[in-house]
Amino acid sequence: MPLKREILSGNEAIARGAWEAGATFASGYPGTPSTEILENAVKYPELYCEWAPNEKVAFEAAAGASLGGSRSFATMKHVGLNVAADPLMTFSYIGAVGGFVAVVADDPGMHSSQNEQDTRQYARFAKIPILEPSDAQEAKDFMKFAFMISEKYNTPVILRSTTRVSHARSLVTLAEREEHPRAGFHKDPPRYVPIPAWGRKMRVKIEERLHSMRSRSEATDLNRIEEGTDELGIVTCGIAYQYVKEVFPTASILKLGWTYPFPDSLIHRFAGKVKRLLVVEELDDFVEEHIRSLGIPCDGRNLIPGIGEISPERLRQVRARLEGGEFDLATPVQESIDLPARPPVLCPGCPHRGVFTALHHFDVVVTGDIGCYSLGVLPPLDRLDTIICMGGGISMAHGLAKSGEKKNVVGMVGDSTFFHSGITGLLNVAVNQSKVVILVLDNRTTAMTGHQDHPGTGRTLKGENTVAVSIEAMSKSAGIDQVFTVNPYNLEELAKTFTAAFAASGPSVIVTRAPCPLAQKKTLGPVNVINQEKCVKCLACLRVGCPAVEATGGKPHINPTLCAGCGICRQTCRVGAISG
Amino acid sequence: MPETTNIIIAGVGGQGVLLISSVLARAALLAGHDVKTNEVHGMAQRGGSVVAEVRYGTKVFSPLVEPETANLIASLEEIEALRYAHYLAPDGLAVVSQTQLVPTTVSSGGAHYPPDSRERLKRVFPNLRSLDLVQAAKEVGNPKAGNMVLLGVISTLLAIPPDRWEEAIETSVNSKFLDLNRRAFALGREKGRE
Repeated sequence: MPLKREILSGNEAIARGAWEAGATFASGYPGTPSTEILENAVKYPELYCEWAPNEKVAFEAAAGASLGGSRSFATMKHVGLNVAADPLMTFSYIGAVGGFVAVVADDPGMHSSQNEQDTRQYARFAKIPILEPSDAQEAKDFMKFAFMISEKYNTPVILRSTTRVSHARSLVTLAEREEHPRAGFHKDPPRYVPIPAWGRKMRVKIEERLHSMRSRSEATDLNRIEEGTDELGIVTCGIAYQYVKEVFPTASILKLGWTYPFPDSLIHRFAGKVKRLLVVEELDDFVEEHIRSLGIPCDGRNLIPGIGEISPERLRQVRARLEGGEFDLATPVQESIDLPARPPVLCPGCPHRGVFTALHHFDVVVTGDIGCYSLGVLPPLDRLDTIICMGGGISMAHGLAKSGEKKNVVGMVGDSTFFHSGITGLLNVAVNQSKVVILVLDNRTTAMTGHQDHPGTGRTLKGENTVAVSIEAMSKSAGIDQVFTVNPYNLEELAKTFTAAFAASGPSVIVTRAPCPLAQKKTLGPVNVINQEKCVKCLACLRVGCPAVEATGGKPHINPTLCAGCGICRQTCRVGAISG
Repeated sequence: MPETTNIIIAGVGGQGVLLISSVLARAALLAGHDVKTNEVHGMAQRGGSVVAEVRYGTKVFSPLVEPETANLIASLEEIEALRYAHYLAPDGLAVVSQTQLVPTTVSSGGAHYPPDSRERLKRVFPNLRSLDLVQAAKEVGNPKAGNMVLLGVISTLLAIPPDRWEEAIETSVNSKFLDLNRRAFALGREKGRE
């Protein structure tokens, strides 16, 4: 049978690779650029897939499946691995039984993230192998290889993708699935329980494991030398390899697919062949630092700063510099330098808009969270003051209030992030009694990443109905008496509820609930129109920051093709000029 | 034809940029090329600028189109085309919809939409096709089909045989909307040949 070829994104290829490898269990939490891995994996009926409330749970669930002998994996974005770092560090001690892969997608350049992190540091930290594919074909092949070495060396493996690997599409040759029936759980406490006496033995084994993996990584196709000129040798990995191939077509290349543990002999052999050595890698100088520690001089960070993404263009500049010339980065043409920016905005009809608009009338501090409502920080909404991480808004509000802040403090969280890591912060608010208002912006989905289900939606990743966990009931059971549920499209109701909550003596929870209209794919009401005769041009309607409300020459009007009919702008009009 | 064909497709979140790149990539594959695309997902899709890149040829390494190398820039919105003008190769083509979507940075008063956007397009793109895709999409019966009309126009500018395009559309588009998309594509081809 001829081999079938498909155009797949890196994320689709990772899902395919897991399926071909015979994986039977997968869990994850959505996060750009990793989300589509599980969304594609769930299409394979032999592979059980679920969304977990957060990455720690996903990691632990997949680790449990591995100890039962199933090939399993967990997916997350780079900051998700911070949440899963606790099980990562000790699962390394216990080791995998059925192949276990943590698929982690980094976001150099912060396209959709709050920071840049190089996940390779975690591999060294946890003393486990990491693989770095450069395109979709490798993403699929490396996923299969990851399961294989995970079982051979009884180790969890990290597969590191990046935005340009996950979201770029390229040709992939497909293969059939190989079944790996689960072996079943075999009781063996000294192997699975790291109480100190046994943990110390595991600790020694980890070093032995690293040593034997190193000799294997020297001799694998994943790490290979591509012969070229001996004038310049380039060590590279991940997407940077593709850029090197474009910009340095004649250079010798050491392509690292299995980066850690480092293949020292191979690096020595390669360095010995070339007159000048350059390391091209995205984010941290992970490989470069190690090469220097081997006593081998090389170029790298001195020519390519470790901030943001590498691009072929940036490498052309490096090449020019190495050759003693100049290369000017292309700059936008004169006609495009004054163009208005088009940042992401809350969609027309977004229920969060009502919350931010109503908050305009209160002089409070708002500690925010990761999600669509992060966009509430931008003008004209401008009603959010801090962001650290998921669930962080609740805990920070508590600390800010407890430490003596005079203004009322609002801790903001979404529905998906409430379940992700808001609950523990809420317990702290309840038990240690801070006078804060916790605002749960519940749009019945994980919206920013493309509408994934979560514990509150009553549906699983497989599309089956399940229990829907109640945010109100959880808050009440934590001992919070003041729990309100409001319609975020009703500005008056919102204002009244905020006033009541700020007047309360203890903590309160306000759940603003309306489904994301983008997920529902329907309009909320008739299109709104501004009566230009009644309009007094106060421009209050523009403060809602809706893409449908435009102004030309100081006259506001509503774009009928964009208006979702939510009526929030109508409620801000003092002269009743807006009707729908 | 150059060894690798580089195409940039620009627009605003929700206009259907990603469908264009996905059909285009498949057509290139069916025509026997190696192909890579790059897309933007996540936060930028919420009404922000969206750009997709498609590269095809004998062997493609990087999925990214470099500045001054795009053989074709296609855009569903006028200033989104201007934004990528410095990616155009010296002999490159541009196909731009006469659509102006006002960003919230303008409606909230901080910035302005250039009133001379069409003039600017003519200045920066020596080989420009400016088309009323909104009107064209209305002709096929759905204002959201502008992306497939644009693809139809693009298809007349690239050396990929017609039957490959048809097959690519069939396999990439939801069967519910296949008829609509075919009609939109056919209208685009007509306009492309004018």
